[in-house]
Order: sequence, then C-alpha cells, then structure tokens
Amino acid sequence: MSAQDSISAVEASALPRRRSQLPLAGMIGAVIIAFWVLMALIGPYVAPHQVGALVDNDGFGRMQWALPLGSDYLGRDVLSRILIGARYSIGVAAAATFLAIFMGGTLGMLAAVSRGLIDMALSRFFDALISIPSKMSALVVIAALGSSISVLIGTIAVILTPGAFRTWRALAVNVNALDFVEVARARGEGAGYLIREEVLPNIAGPVLTDFGLRFVFAVLLLSSLSFLGLGVQPPNADWGSLVRENIDGLADGALAVVMPAVAIATLTIGVNLLIDNLPGRWSSSREH
Amino acid sequence: MNIALVRLVAIRIALALLTLGFVSVAVFVGTEILPGDVAEALLGQNATPEAVAGLRTVLHLDQPAYVRYFLWLGGLVIGDPGRSLVNGVRVAELISSRLPNSLMLASVTAVVCVPIALVLGITSAIWRGSVYDRVASFLTMLVVAVPEFFIATLCVIIFAVRLRWFPALSYATGIVSLDQFFRMFALPVFTLCCVMTAQMMRMTRAAVIDTLRSSYVEMAVLKGARPIRVVLTHALPNAIGPIANAVALSLSFLLGGAIVVEIIFNYPGLARLLIDAVSTRDMPLVQACAMIYCAAYLFMMMLADIAGILSNPRLRYR
Repeated sequence: MSAQDSISAVEASALPRRRSQLPLAGMIGAVIIAFWVLMALIGPYVAPHQVGALVDNDGFGRMQWALPLGSDYLGRDVLSRILIGARYSIGVAAAATFLAIFMGGTLGMLAAVSRGLIDMALSRFFDALISIPSKMSALVVIAALGSSISVLIGTIAVILTPGAFRTWRALAVNVNALDFVEVARARGEGAGYLIREEVLPNIAGPVLTDFGLRFVFAVLLLSSLSFLGLGVQPPNADWGSLVRENIDGLADGALAVVMPAVAIATLTIGVNLLIDNLPGRWSSSREH
Repeated sequence: MNIALVRLVAIRIALALLTLGFVSVAVFVGTEILPGDVAEALLGQNATPEAVAGLRTVLHLDQPAYVRYFLWLGGLVIGDPGRSLVNGVRVAELISSRLPNSLMLASVTAVVCVPIALVLGITSAIWRGSVYDRVASFLTMLVVAVPEFFIATLCVIIFAVRLRWFPALSYATGIVSLDQFFRMFALPVFTLCCVMTAQMMRMTRAAVIDTLRSSYVEMAVLKGARPIRVVLTHALPNAIGPIANAVALSLSFLLGGAIVVEIIFNYPGLARLLIDAVSTRDMPLVQACAMIYCAAYLFMMMLADIAGILSNPRLRYR
C-alpha cells in the first residue's frame, strides 16, 4: 500500500498536470458548479421566456415542447424562472460567504498571530455568537430590519463569520507555531506582514475547502428563509421563493414545486462532491 | 460520582446559563434596535400625542433600554412575556397552545430516529470501506446536502400523491383517533427522521471509527478476539461518550429543521407562530419564541457536553 502510494506520488510529481487526479465524482461536482455559475451570469440571456411572461393558460402545466419543465401557478415558464433565479440563489450566497470569510478569516489569522489577550477576547466573543442557532439569528434580524437583498447578505455573512473564524484560527495557529514564522517575528515583522506573507500562503488549500462548505451552508440557509417567505422578496425570486410560491401544486406533484428544489439540491450536492474528492492537501476539518 | 465530577458538571451548567443570558441580550438588542416607535406604529397616524404618550408609558417605552431589558427578562422568567402587538392576546397563551404540538413532533421524531441512526452508524463504522458503508455514506451525504423542504417535497410526492397512503397536510384539531393521529404525524415525522438520521449517523460513525482506530482495539484484534467481541466489549463502552455527544448534538439541529417541516405540512406548532410573528413584526412574540428555541438548543448542547463528561471514566475515578 505505502509502496504503491510512493510510486504514484513520484509519478504525480513527474507529471505536469496534477488536475487529472481528480476522481470522477469530483469532476461531476465541478461540472455542475461550473454550469450553475455560468447560468447565474448569463441566465436572463439564455432563458427561453421573459421572467414574468404568462405563457400557459393553465397553472401548473405539464411538460411540453415550449415549456420543458412545465408552468408555474400563474402559467409562467418554470425553466426560465429557475435560470433567472440562479443569480439570486448563487449571488447572495456567494456574496455572503465572501464577506464572512473576509471578516472571520482576517480576525482568525489576527487572533492566531497576535496570541494573548486579543486571541482570547476574539475567541470568547465568537464562541458566544455560535451558541445562537443560525435560523434564529436570521429570523430575529429580519423581524427587526425587514428583508432585502443587502440585509440578507449581511445577516448570512454575520451568521457564517464565527464558524469561519474558528476554522481559520485553528489552521493559522498550526502554521504560526512553525519556525519560519518565529524567525519572521524575531526579525520584527508586524501582524499584517505575518498574516499576508507567512500564514496565508500556507493555509490557502484548506481554506478554499472551507469556503465551499460555508457556501453550501449559505445556499441552504437562504433557500430556507426564502421558502419561509422571509428571504428574497417578489417580484424577484430565488429558488427557495420559487418553491414557496408554487407550494399549492405540491398535492398534485407539480413540477413547478419539485424543479427549483432539485436545482438547489444539484448545486449543494455538486459542491459536496467536489470538496469530498479534492486531493488531501486541500482538506480541512469538517465542522460548522 | 465524586466532587471533581460534580464540579465539572456544575461549571458546565453555569456556563450554559451564562450563555443563555448572553443570548437573551442578543435577542433583545436585535429586536429593539430598529428605528421608529412601536407606540406610534400601533396607534396609526391619527393618534393624539396624549394617546401615544399613554401607550409609551404602558409599554415602558419612556424608560431607558436596560430597564426595559430587565423588565422583559423578569417577565420571561415568571412566564409572562407580555402581549402580542398584533391582536393583544397574551404571548404566554399563544405559546402554550402551540408548544405541546412542537414538543410532540420533536419527541416522536427523536424516539424513532435515535435507534435507527445508532444501528446504521455503528454497523457502517464496523464495516467501514465496504459497499454497505459507501452506499450509506453517499446517501447520508445527499440527505445532509439538500434543503429540508426538498426531502419534504419528495416525501409528499411519493407517499401522498403517488401511493396515497397519507394526507399531504396535517391538521391537529381536537381529539383524534389513534389511526388519524398516526396519519397526521407520519409525513412530518418521516421527513424529519430522514434529515436527523442522516446527521446522527454520520456523527456516530465518525465517533465509533475514532475509537476503532485506537491501539487497544488493535491489541484486541491481534490477540485473536472475534470481530463482534472486539466491537461490543472493547470498542463500544469507550465510544458511548462520543456517541451520546453526537446524538445530543444532532438533536439540537432538530428544532431548526422542524421549522421548515412544520411550515410545509401546515403543522400547528410553534414554528408557524414564530414565522407569522416575524412577518407581522410582532416583537414580543418573536422574542419569546426565539428565546424558547435558543434555550432548547443550548440545553441540548449542554446535555451533549455533560454526556461526554459523565461517560469519561478518567474523570469519574480521579
């Protein structure tokens, strides 16, 4: 086993293209993600119908040539609405994740390199924040501020920040204990330099995995909020809102309810497949 | 039980109460931070200044925020979190009509899914790497990765639309027969069970595998003990702590998952009350419901930690 490993490792280092090591499941995940990101960018231009156009006389129409996924409760094209909804589901979740990783990651690395009082204060603060269930914080903030795209991005970002802080701090603490960081510190380098030049390059792989996990969490939280009617508000609709507005068709098994949910499922499963099959150096501990 | 153990558990309980205090401040600040005056909003534009001032006094809005916080907290502790801003009904009354339904759903789900998850988790840990383990791991990954309403939608379409075994919606009204009771609960419980079992199984599997990797298990294998004996007498007693921890942690997710499931099946529980309160900005109701959910979550987290402390023999016999 170990002999085989070392042989394949030698072969891998001899080969210039290491990407070919990604297993099939990981490739499938990457393709699904690429498809949905593309749709989030160009969705409105490739959608067969206008987002609000009534194209079917009946609600909850069956599949037909002009309407590949049937029609929704008002007779609008489900496929077009899903393609256009992609930019809300993916855009809001991605923006929130970036913001959370930026805040949590920066503070996490700062806590790791400065140690002492700053580390303790930040860790205690985020430990306390993490003790509030995520859906509860979201509901309380939305009750107070109402729901808009910017409130949603901000709320989800704040909810994701403590988890990002924990992961980044744990990763940075490991690097921070190594000799080259100690040398840099003895040289008299400041916290900003230590974070930028010494810690960040050495944790880049695992934190990308962390980004994927938090993105999935953001997509699920956003779609749950939209499903409860507290997320993206009409006339705009993300995939969670699409499930909600067509929920009356559930008793008939209408495609308009199922397909947006399938869209969410493919995206989150795709990210999970990719993350689970990344080479070892990318992996990080899986925790929220 | 000895003094050190009692002390550890007492510290954990005190920590939970402290965290609950922090959560109550967060919930209060979160709901009171909004601009605008509740009294003016309630009375509308035609209200006389005297009426607004009167209502402000009744609602304690003329007092500083920290006084209002302690008034609110005191009311919460004695079971009187005020009146609903929307219809004036006492919040305690609204909650007491819904809370038993939610607790019922949660406890039925827990009773059903804990044994299933334990059996699946332990067996797939024993046969890790086998086809059975890979299929189970893949399926649970799918269930954990998709939103709860996707599972609920699938359940309705399979069991209510195609097979017509159960009604798609559940209404709990008055006294019902055992048969009706079962049909009403079946789909919400089944949906929740899928989600909970998947999570609990993953965590149980990880906990048992962690134990199976230890050197005393390797020793037991090397001395020739049969696999069943290795697992039952050597590995499991030491894995009880991590397993109990995993079960309690997964059960703390039960409430968050139950919100979506209660809404989709139209189940008359606490979640519908909370969601309606959020959409109408009925703050006293939002605060009370949020505190109940947070307290239940913290309680389960505390149980998880205490289970870990109690099952660790190194702490018990120190």
